[in-house]
Amino acid sequence: MFELAELRSFWVYLSASPLLGLTLTLCAYAVAQAMYARCKFSALANPVAIAIALVCAVLWLSGMSYERYFAGAQFVHFLLGPATVALAVPLVRQLPRLRRAFLPVTLALVCGSVTAIVSAVCIVVALGGTAELARSAGPKSATTPIAMAVSERLGGLPSLTAVLVIGTGIFGAVTARFLFGWMKIHSHEVRGFALGVASHGIGTARAFQVSAEMGAFAGLGMGLNGVLTALLAPGLIPLVLRWLGV
Amino acid sequence: MLVSFTILLLFQCLGEGIAYVLHLPVPGPVIGMLLLFAALLAAPALQRKIEADANELLRHLSLLFVPAGVGIVAAASSSSGHWLALLAGLMGSTLLTLAVTALVLRAASPKDGDV
Repeated sequence: MFELAELRSFWVYLSASPLLGLTLTLCAYAVAQAMYARCKFSALANPVAIAIALVCAVLWLSGMSYERYFAGAQFVHFLLGPATVALAVPLVRQLPRLRRAFLPVTLALVCGSVTAIVSAVCIVVALGGTAELARSAGPKSATTPIAMAVSERLGGLPSLTAVLVIGTGIFGAVTARFLFGWMKIHSHEVRGFALGVASHGIGTARAFQVSAEMGAFAGLGMGLNGVLTALLAPGLIPLVLRWLGV
Repeated sequence: MLVSFTILLLFQCLGEGIAYVLHLPVPGPVIGMLLLFAALLAAPALQRKIEADANELLRHLSLLFVPAGVGIVAAASSSSGHWLALLAGLMGSTLLTLAVTALVLRAASPKDGDV
């Protein structure tokens, strides 16, 4: 009995410091990576999804609040900023290829970005979703801060948009390989760029696991689609909604 | 490593500053990325200095999405309504976007399968 009480007080002591949340995040990621390797790097064993599920399970079982967890996890979260800046490095390496492909890349970007916004709004409305839900789903292919800002400006639900953005990232990272295999698209540049446009940072993380050039083109697609969605979505989404009569 | 990290943070600060001053809807780090891209073109010596560390950071990009992802799953249970429409919209639109982007890029590229 005494030992149990001791263990309990030790847990309370540990969970009061940021150390536990940080350690938990890194452990969950290490386990997710090991499972990903065990599954022979199959796209189905997406390490982001596995690590999120593991952390959620631990929080649920231990009764630890998200705020307490994030006190430690914020140190990892913070690195997203510098990592985004770092995407410029592989991009410069691909510059000669990029120069040659300037026109095709621009065309593909505009078509992909418009498809992402219009198809999300149309499908949600067609299946009985309200205009508010459609506004929340429209910017889902852009990176989280852009998507949430667009959703808020249009009168959507920013927190719902955040859920849809993460879902889009994981779903794209998991399914892209099978879709491209079926479509017989083998070029790493083409696969990477499409992954970045459709599934932002999580698609880009997946692309980097396959090859550096696929990652570079994914980073390019993610960055460009973020900027274009911020510019296009505020005009395009109300237009599509009016056209659909919602 | 410290030098590379300082350079990355400097460009992020610059990006955040520009986004704030000009009221841009684009996040600071994305602007920072474009600025670093320009700087690397202007000074190739910078590329050699930060290349290895930048690639090491990007190798673990997946890890960096875990804290936000956990928060979103924790918040998702409180949202409600029309889950089927949202789920179908998410899946259908993501697949369409992947297919359209890849097909247009391949069709517009000079040589088949090579960008």
